[in-house]
Amino acid sequence: MTPLVSIEGLSVAFNGVPVLRGVDLSLQKGEALGLVGESGSGKSVTWLAALGLLPRHAKVSGSVRLDGREILGARASELDHVRGGRVAMIFQDPASALNPVLTIRRQLCETLALHRDLSGEAVKAEARRLLDLVGIPDATRRLSAYPHEFSGGQVQRIMIAMALAGNPDLLIADEPTTALDATIQAQILELLSTIRRETSMAMVLISHDLGVVAENCDRVSVMYAGRIVEQAPANQLFADPVHPYAQGLIGALPPLDGPRRRLTAIPGTVPDPAHMPSGCAFAPRCALAAEPCDLATPTLAPIADDRAVACIRAEASRRALLGIAAE
Amino acid sequence: MSAPLVEVSTIARSYAMRSGMFGRATAVHAVDGVSLTIRKGETLGLVGESGSGKSTTGRIVLGLEPPDHGDVRFDGKPMAAPGTRAWRAQRARMQMIFQDPLGALDRRLPVATQIREPLDIHGLGTPAEREDRVRELLRAVELTPAHGARYPGALSGGQRQRIVLARALATKPDFLVCDEPVSALDVSIQAQVVNLLCDLQAQLGLTLLFISHDLRVVRQISNSVAVMYLGRIVEIGRADDLFAQPQHPYTQALVSASPAPGRRSAGRIVLAGDPPNPAARPQGCAFHPRCPRAIARCASEVPALSAVGGDRQVACHLVTGPQAQTRDAA
Repeated sequence: MTPLVSIEGLSVAFNGVPVLRGVDLSLQKGEALGLVGESGSGKSVTWLAALGLLPRHAKVSGSVRLDGREILGARASELDHVRGGRVAMIFQDPASALNPVLTIRRQLCETLALHRDLSGEAVKAEARRLLDLVGIPDATRRLSAYPHEFSGGQVQRIMIAMALAGNPDLLIADEPTTALDATIQAQILELLSTIRRETSMAMVLISHDLGVVAENCDRVSVMYAGRIVEQAPANQLFADPVHPYAQGLIGALPPLDGPRRRLTAIPGTVPDPAHMPSGCAFAPRCALAAEPCDLATPTLAPIADDRAVACIRAEASRRALLGIAAE
Repeated sequence: MSAPLVEVSTIARSYAMRSGMFGRATAVHAVDGVSLTIRKGETLGLVGESGSGKSTTGRIVLGLEPPDHGDVRFDGKPMAAPGTRAWRAQRARMQMIFQDPLGALDRRLPVATQIREPLDIHGLGTPAEREDRVRELLRAVELTPAHGARYPGALSGGQRQRIVLARALATKPDFLVCDEPVSALDVSIQAQVVNLLCDLQAQLGLTLLFISHDLRVVRQISNSVAVMYLGRIVEIGRADDLFAQPQHPYTQALVSASPAPGRRSAGRIVLAGDPPNPAARPQGCAFHPRCPRAIARCASEVPALSAVGGDRQVACHLVTGPQAQTRDAA
């Protein structure tokens, strides 16, 4: 089966500083993929680059195929059809993604007219249906409201409605709930999973919150310093992380129940993209780093069905984890 | 159990807010009848969503803002009037750290100078002693004197928050208010700062008021936890117990909304409705429009915070009211 999206060797450099250093990803139809990693790891840049949304001075190379067709460097007219049509994106800060001086109707109808060949009453009816779908009460009246008349959670719902306007096959949700309160976050995540169930749309959920990703994705890719370091089904990753960085991330998360333990913090900080260490970028912070780690950058290698990890100490890391568990 | 260091009784604070340029001013009750006790060497966690009054409570406890009603006692004595000599002496014993370390630091001063500033202001020690103290503080937050010579822009987010912490500790305070101190940090850095806070608290016997929306971090660091909703405390109890068995429907929803790796969202409580607006506080229990279990009484009568056994106090008719008792009896 051709994957919906397949990204190969995607690299991005800003002013000669590489920020994305060879990302390989593939996504099947209807699948939910999580991307986790700390700030600066390249989670968002991967998708901005794939959709041609980066500023012109960014140097992008590699390949991004949508249904087998190359879209990296495609003509603007072709990209206009892809963006908002086949692939939609929502961001962390929904308020700044809407135009404050236009009504919701104008903004929703604009998207519908662009991507759906609808006109007249049909556009308005569809706009109402979309608002209903995302759970905005009293849709008919609320269509004439301006963005500031909605709460943060509702604005994110409207952004989701706009993203759905083109009937996309893939929704890229970049930290969609980070700016929202806990109870509203739960509402938005529930809404996204309901919509996915009904439309069998694929989703990429970019988040720094491991819990959010664990609960809402089938598969997870962990990114560090512009590369994918581990890829696994969500339940396996959290039960049995292999890459020392993935282990560190999970160990750094305080538990909500059970006994309290001291958090296993990862020492040091993320390396500066302009001064990357030679070899594995994580080696300077890694407890298991050995001499060969400095020599070459480890490649993402399969270790089991549907699991891959980029670490030459993966075996040792696994033993260390089992050793801790056995004690 | 140790003696209380901070005693807050029924404080209230409201602000006047105008809707639009010509709108009528309405009172926004940011904090409404909050009472808290923090024992020496312990940590009280304060959780709640935006607009729940957590930060205002923190500011009142520190004396940065006067309460409209109620009073705050620090180490058995009432807070001195702002601006007086006694107030300054008291303020040296309590410090605050905020969410955004870059905003709390001066970008044009080396960070060591900024750590030294509270010592200069409160006139503590000779210049040579102050230099020694700065080095000692940098070591305490696991940084080197070389970091001290840098400007805030040349440090990472985690390092900046350590500098803010070092500066807060300069006057050897007894009490520290931390307002979302790790919310802006990445998970791995967050763990470093949380561990550091726990270590420093154990070494220095600090008393903490830890304000955060992140239940996990709050549980990690707190002895007791108070949950706020629209300016009132709806539940308070020992940290482990409160998160293991939340009793107030709002606490239950918050705990259930906190996603956990390895636990699929089975039986999640998803609250309907928007986050509360402090300017339009509902009658009766402020939570009743979003409460899945609300009864008629909730819409008319404000539930009082009452003890329900152990160290737990809950403000909910369903938990403490006569209905709850009859249901238990049945």
